[in-house]
This record gives sequence, structure tokens and C-alpha cells, in this order.
Amino acid sequence: MKIHEYQAKEILRKYNVAVPNGVLISNKSEAVQAAKKIGTDVVVVKAQIHAGGRGKGGGVKLAKSPQEAEKYAGDILGMTLVTPQTGTEGRLVKKVLIEEGMSIARELYMGILVDRETSQVLIMASEAGGMEIEKVAEATPEKIIKETVDPVIGVQPYLARKIAFALNIKGAALKAVIPFIINLYDAFVKEDCSMLEINPLVITSDERVLALDAKVDIDDNAMYRHKDTQELRDLDEEDPLEVEASKFHLNYIKLDGNIGCMVNGAGLAMATMDIIKLSGGEPANFLDVGGGADEETIENGFRIILSDPAVKGIFINIFGGILRCDILARGVVAATKKLKIKVPIVVRMEGTNMEEGHQILKDSGLNFAIGDGMKDGAKKVVKAIK
Amino acid sequence: MSILVDKNTRLITQGITGREGTFHTEQAMKYGTHVVGGVTPGKGGQTVLGKTPVFNTVQDAVTKTKANATMIFVPPPFAADAILEAADAGIALIICITEGIPVSDMVDVYKYLQGTESRLVGPNCPGVISPGKAKIGIMPAHIHKKGNVGIISRSGTLTYEAVGQLTALGIGQSTCVGIGGDPIIGTQFIDVLKLFQKDRGTKAICMIGEIGGSAEDEAAYYIKKHVTKPVVGFIAGQTAPPGRRMGHAGAIISGGQGTAEGKMKIMKRCGIKVVKSPADLGKTIQKAL
Repeated sequence: MKIHEYQAKEILRKYNVAVPNGVLISNKSEAVQAAKKIGTDVVVVKAQIHAGGRGKGGGVKLAKSPQEAEKYAGDILGMTLVTPQTGTEGRLVKKVLIEEGMSIARELYMGILVDRETSQVLIMASEAGGMEIEKVAEATPEKIIKETVDPVIGVQPYLARKIAFALNIKGAALKAVIPFIINLYDAFVKEDCSMLEINPLVITSDERVLALDAKVDIDDNAMYRHKDTQELRDLDEEDPLEVEASKFHLNYIKLDGNIGCMVNGAGLAMATMDIIKLSGGEPANFLDVGGGADEETIENGFRIILSDPAVKGIFINIFGGILRCDILARGVVAATKKLKIKVPIVVRMEGTNMEEGHQILKDSGLNFAIGDGMKDGAKKVVKAIK
Repeated sequence: MSILVDKNTRLITQGITGREGTFHTEQAMKYGTHVVGGVTPGKGGQTVLGKTPVFNTVQDAVTKTKANATMIFVPPPFAADAILEAADAGIALIICITEGIPVSDMVDVYKYLQGTESRLVGPNCPGVISPGKAKIGIMPAHIHKKGNVGIISRSGTLTYEAVGQLTALGIGQSTCVGIGGDPIIGTQFIDVLKLFQKDRGTKAICMIGEIGGSAEDEAAYYIKKHVTKPVVGFIAGQTAPPGRRMGHAGAIISGGQGTAEGKMKIMKRCGIKVVKSPADLGKTIQKAL
């Protein structure tokens, strides 16, 4: 689960990771007071959306007076911010963070994530802060410092020092950055983050160390032990259909095509999208109904697929294991009747109770096309919508 | 021959008294797997599915039954603990079916397992089956056929798809291993490739991967160096939009290696017969044999 910058910084504050003073506002009339409360000559006005690259889209401004802060807050609040990460449709800005301005001496990068190669937590750091780390990794991989953390001992001072020296941090800032790194790791583990990125991590001219920006992704699987974090979810930042699907524990991702897919299992669901494309069509979604799908799940799945007006046909691809084909077929028939589905439906079923499933579809009096294997099914659905 | 699971397997189920645990233990028994007991803390002394004894701890089960394998159906908040308990009791093969274990739990589990003799398969996997001998997991047994193709896969139903195609062509499988779809898993492609290369009963290998991470790339380089048997591969997610399933920072580490296209390229270069369409897996393996 992604959270906003201001929420991430609140979490970091709890762990004594230094962040700039800031005030969150959702109305430009609050800006003057916020800027005065912060009290620095310059304040920064930052749009709060989940996507990165906000500065490029005009979502981050430096204000030299409270009045200027009000003006910028007015400009940014309510704007549809387009950044390299939002897509062309952009995101509506509903909140801005007003933060203290500071004199920045250096901009660094620090990220913590679970590294799949070592199956351990990895701290990455670089002197090239404030830029996209992917570009740094591609152009100059040698500039990225990587340290794997042993979960038994966590980040000990020696490891933090090692990273700090590699980043050429000196003087008072060196003293400040050691607890900064240790506490950052502490936050990462205790809050069950899957990714925590500080870009930039700044050293000010008076040698303070602060997280100027913060991006946090929290492990959905760990949400059961973080009830307070659950409340940080911002549904406005997610696709409404995906939000709806998540209510029914359906794993749905909207895509740009016109063939809706309903599949059991994530791997088979991806492979189904692939074979639709190979057959000359475009998948409208990824949808994994899981192993325990029942009639209700299937009905909800249909409803969500069909809420996308682009969908011209549906391909159901099920390999019955725990999920029995007869149960699936009953669900498909019931939902098709109930929702009065008009678009062509191609069903490919294999595995447990396949024959019964086919019989149920045949006896329904509805006009299903049957796919003999996934290739045949994909071909039939592509043809049906042409 | 086969790998990991066979007639010498003595299986217990952790979470045996739960709905899924009971159901799949029964299925495994019916398939001929030697099930020696189960574990549910607080229900020790009971029996289920006829005479199958339930123990309070894995250690009790091992002492009384000489179990050497476990199948875990414990819910996600307690699953990491169940894996650790099994390893601590010296179980050689731990197969964890549970989906949804927090990744930070798995970081600790992975580290702990390094110092033990136990092998973990999964989590979030369908399990392991050696057709005609034994099955540990949730795969539908009837689609399998005894034979000489070894299958390794990160996905459940996509494995069934490959098995279904092979069986329809009259080609059987030596062992099918679902290694699991989570970012941290106990057994990687390479670990299973090593076993299949050594196994005299395996004549060809089918490797099914998906987007994210770089395990398939590493496996491909390993195959080029160490595997002499024909390998057929498929990567699911050729049409998946970038950035959706892979975390932002995760993509940095793999540096362009997480895409299906990238993986397929490396696999081809390493001599693997890569199929673009999942429908061609069976036919391509048939040719490779």
C-alpha cells in the first residue's frame, strides 16, 4: 500500500528520523498561517499525490513569503497534476504540504527494500540524490552503495558508519547520519515497509541531516498487524474499479484493451493476457478470482469487468483444481442471467469436473462459446468482438 | 525416479484440523502419500481422517512418527512460526502452501533456515508431486501422469496448464515443483534444476517463470553451464504493464531484468527453448524429448 509523503514523514518522526517542519493544508486560506507557523524565510509548497516526479509537473514551488505560499497553494490545490509517473490523465491534488525551506549543501539518496536476489533487506545509497535512482543505476551503477542487513543484528553502528563514509559525509553531519540510518531501518522493519525511499536525503549548510522527501510502500500482507496504518490508505489515489474489486478479495488490474478476462491463479491470468495479445486482441484487465471462487465471487468479477465500458467480450479461462468446473459453470450461468450480459462470452474450462461444467453451460440455453484449450478460447474471443 | 517427494516420504500436516488442512491431507492420502500425522497446537491426542494422530508440537510428531516432511496450511500470521518450528524439529522438507505471509517474516525465516539442514518449498505455492508416488500440496492429482518430464514453476494453475498439455499428449512427469510466487521463497529455480539434472528419471525440464525479480535469469545462466538435459521455458506477463506488480525500488536492483522480454532473451541465449505462447508448452517439450 502506498501512502502520501506527509504520512510517511509522520511515521519517520515517530522513529526519530529527522524531517523538515511542515503543515498539511487542504485549503489555500490556511496557507498564510501555516507559513507563519513554520517561520522560515522560504517555505516549500508540495502537492500530495502518490506519484513521483511532482516537481517536473509544477507540483512543488518555493515561496518567499506567506502571501506567495498562499498563491502557490491556490494554484496547486485542485490542479490535475501530470508527472512522468501519473500517465497523461494526471491526478487531482487535494492536499498540499507546506514545509520549512533550508539551505541545502548536499543531496543524497537512501532507499531500503527487500532484495529478491539475497532474500534479505538491502540498504542502497548514493551521492547522486534528487535524481531518478533508476537512471543513476543504469548510467553509473558503481555510484550506488549496497549493504545487506542481517536481520538478527539489524543495522549496527558500524554498518551505518560504513554507508556514511562511502557517501563522503563528514563532521557534524556524520554524527547525525548514523542514528538517522539506524532509525530509518528500525522504521522500515517495525512498520512492515516493502520499500522506503528518501530522495533526497539532504545535508544542510549548517550540517543537519534530514529526509527532504519520503516515499513509503507498506506490505499489504502485514496490514493485519498495523490497524493504524490501514487508515492511511487514500482510495482517491487508486483506480475505482480496483478499489471495488479489493472489497471482494479479487485481484483486478485495469488495462487498456477490450477483452475482459476472468482466470484462476495469477500466473495463468498473466498467461491468458499474453495469449489474447498473441491472438491479435488486447486484454482489458488482469483478474485472478483465486482458488476459492464461488457464485458470488464470479458475479462480482463479471460486474467489475463490465463496469469498464471498453469491454466488448469476455474470456473465462479456468484450470480447475480446488475450484471445480461445475461450480464455476453454475456461477457463470447465474451471473450472466442476473446481469443480463450482452457481450460474447468464451469459456475455457479444464480440470476437476470439466464434463459436468460443460453440460451446465450447454443446458443453460445461453449462448456461450466453448474454448478447446486456451489458444482456441483466445482465438474465439478475438474473433467474436470483430 | 523423481525428486524431493517419493515413497519414502513420511508426511505430517501442520494445521491438519483446519478445513483446508484436513481436505488436502485426505487427498494426499488417497493419492498414496504416506501421511503419518498432523500438528495443531492444543489438539494433541486427537485423531483425524481415521487413525491419523494429531500432535501439539512438530517435535512430538517427529519423535513419535519419524516424519521427514511437512505440509503447512497455517494461516498467514502464524505461518512463519510454523516453518521455524518444523525446521527446529529437524524436518528435512518443509512445504508451505500458505499465501499472504508478511515479507519481513520471511526475511527472518530465510536467514534462520540457512543454518539448518531443512529445505523450504514455497510459501505461496501449490506444492510438490511425483506422479504415481506421492503428492504434497493442493494440485489436482488426476491431471498428472507418471513419466520423465520435470516441471518447475512460480505459478500454480499455470503449472496445471503445462501438466494438462503434457498428459493430453501422453507425456508423463517425474516431479512437478511449484516454488511459489512470493518475493522470498525457500527453494529457487536453480535448486530444483540441480536436482532434476542429477535425477535419472528426468529426461527434459519445463521451467515456468513470470515477471519480477531475476531468478529466471540466474537459472538460465546456471542451465547454460550445468544442465545437459533439454529445457523448455515460458515467462508469464509479456503483456503486463510495467510498475504494477514490481515495486519501484525492486526494479532498480534487477535493472531491466524484471520484464518478460528481458528474461526470455537471456533464456534463449542460454540455450533454453522459449515458447511465446503458453499453449505451445506441451508440443515443444514433446519435440525436445
